[in-house]
Amino acid sequence: MKNAFSAVSRFIDRRQAFVYPAPAVIAIFFIVVIPIAYNLYLTFTKWTIGLGQPRWIGLGNFVELISDERVLNGVKVMVYFSGLSLSLELVLGLLIAVYFNREFKGSEIVQAIYIFPFAATPVAVALIWRIMLNPEIGVINYLLRSVGLPGSLWVSSPLTVIPALVMVDVWKWTPMITLIVLAGLKSLPHDPYEAARIDGANTFQIFWYVTLPLIRPVMIAALMLRSLDNLKEFDMIYTITQGGPGISSETLYLYSYNVGFSFFKAGYGSALMVVVFLIVLAFNVVMNRMRLRAQEI
Amino acid sequence: MTKTFRSILFYAGAVALSLPPVFVFVWMILTGLKTGVQNISYPPEFIFMPTLENFRAVFQQHNFFRYLMNSLIVAGLATGISLVLGLPAAYSIAKYRQGKIGILILVARMTPFVSYLLPWYIIFRHLKLIDTYTALTITHLIITLPMVIWVMVSFFEGMPEELEDAAMIDGCSRLQSFLMIVLPLVRNGIATSAILSFIFSWNQFLFSLILSGPKTKTVPVAVYNFISYGKIDWAGIGAAATLIVLPVSVFAFFVRRTIVQGLTMGALKD
Repeated sequence: MKNAFSAVSRFIDRRQAFVYPAPAVIAIFFIVVIPIAYNLYLTFTKWTIGLGQPRWIGLGNFVELISDERVLNGVKVMVYFSGLSLSLELVLGLLIAVYFNREFKGSEIVQAIYIFPFAATPVAVALIWRIMLNPEIGVINYLLRSVGLPGSLWVSSPLTVIPALVMVDVWKWTPMITLIVLAGLKSLPHDPYEAARIDGANTFQIFWYVTLPLIRPVMIAALMLRSLDNLKEFDMIYTITQGGPGISSETLYLYSYNVGFSFFKAGYGSALMVVVFLIVLAFNVVMNRMRLRAQEI
Repeated sequence: MTKTFRSILFYAGAVALSLPPVFVFVWMILTGLKTGVQNISYPPEFIFMPTLENFRAVFQQHNFFRYLMNSLIVAGLATGISLVLGLPAAYSIAKYRQGKIGILILVARMTPFVSYLLPWYIIFRHLKLIDTYTALTITHLIITLPMVIWVMVSFFEGMPEELEDAAMIDGCSRLQSFLMIVLPLVRNGIATSAILSFIFSWNQFLFSLILSGPKTKTVPVAVYNFISYGKIDWAGIGAAATLIVLPVSVFAFFVRRTIVQGLTMGALKD
């Protein structure tokens, strides 16, 4: 028994680079790679789940999606929602991080408060936001009216639904960006700051010419991390508006879900999901290029 | 004098910047402590006689204890399996620079969850595994396993190699040194990745929405169902949301320092 054990142990030691990752790679192969392959296969078929078998139609689904107006709408909503929310989160995250980048009593408390929106269950807080954003009796409109501002229809109007959803997303994710950028700021070298100060640079100049270039790689990394989830935002939009009113907040991702699980069109839904994946991939490839360039400077 | 003034100004700003997260948290709890009538009164009531009636109803009429247990079981299983599979893999990726596995992890993270959900739904329907812990745990692993590996690679890379070498000179096998020297050294990382994995599994909505059922319904789906019966039970939502959010917030609080490190380091290095 002891011999067998030491033989196994020796085998593991000799083949460490192979044995250690093998179980995880096999698991990922089964839970990730095979479903993706199946999904890719389905993109070339026409099939309503529960009715008959998938029928091969080649590129038919991709031809269909080009002329599908809900696809165009989905891309527009996705660009509007993600473009606005990602840029706001990045800019606000940076500014708040710069604000808190100093020694002060209570920094621990701020950190604890800022971790909360990140950890909070998206569906649960989205429901609370839905209550707060109610146009008639919601607390947000009440607070606005009590300082003399007009209320808004928020998610009940096609005109304001995206900005309102962006507000919820910004609420949930800006604190996380802040904490990441803050950690980045704390690890910056001191020398460039001293040099700038000796040269007589003012606070704004130091921020613009020293901090910003140095922190850029961290910012892009945070953006990439955030974009992975933001471009595939589901829980919050589904909980608050389900894509409505009408289809005014239906992102391409939400539409692909509806096609797959409300209309049960597996083939067409899969084709849409592939398009979403390609968008996420393209965004991240471009961002990674920018990050590597920013690191070189 | 100016120094005190500037300090007061700074703290005023700090309070203002902390208000949004605090306000939503407080409003969630207040909603849970109000009666149904108080919740739809205008202007909204800030001061009122709190009631625990909603929490009682959530447990007694909606069987919430069952859902909490379901979530606990699925998140616990997903996290445990992810650690067992992910720790050695992350160690190996960090030590032997196995970039190709890293790319596999990245692709897993980039792929829209719906792309996994459709095939898995078809497979589980076929195998009659809808509404089982097996189906939920497998799909949650799609999220938690890459996350544990992603986070742990950065912790293993940040570990000094000398200690491991010293252990090997003292006659430890590599396996022994991994289990008894390396893992204890990265215990902060293990705690962080375990809690992150738990949080993301606990919060996961999409997979559970389609693959769970009356027997295995998890808490995000349970709270969502408060709105799908025609009328919205706001007081119930407040109480249920509080019960769901509280545990993960407490967990995140304990690892708040290392969460940021774990989430970014992987993205910052190549």
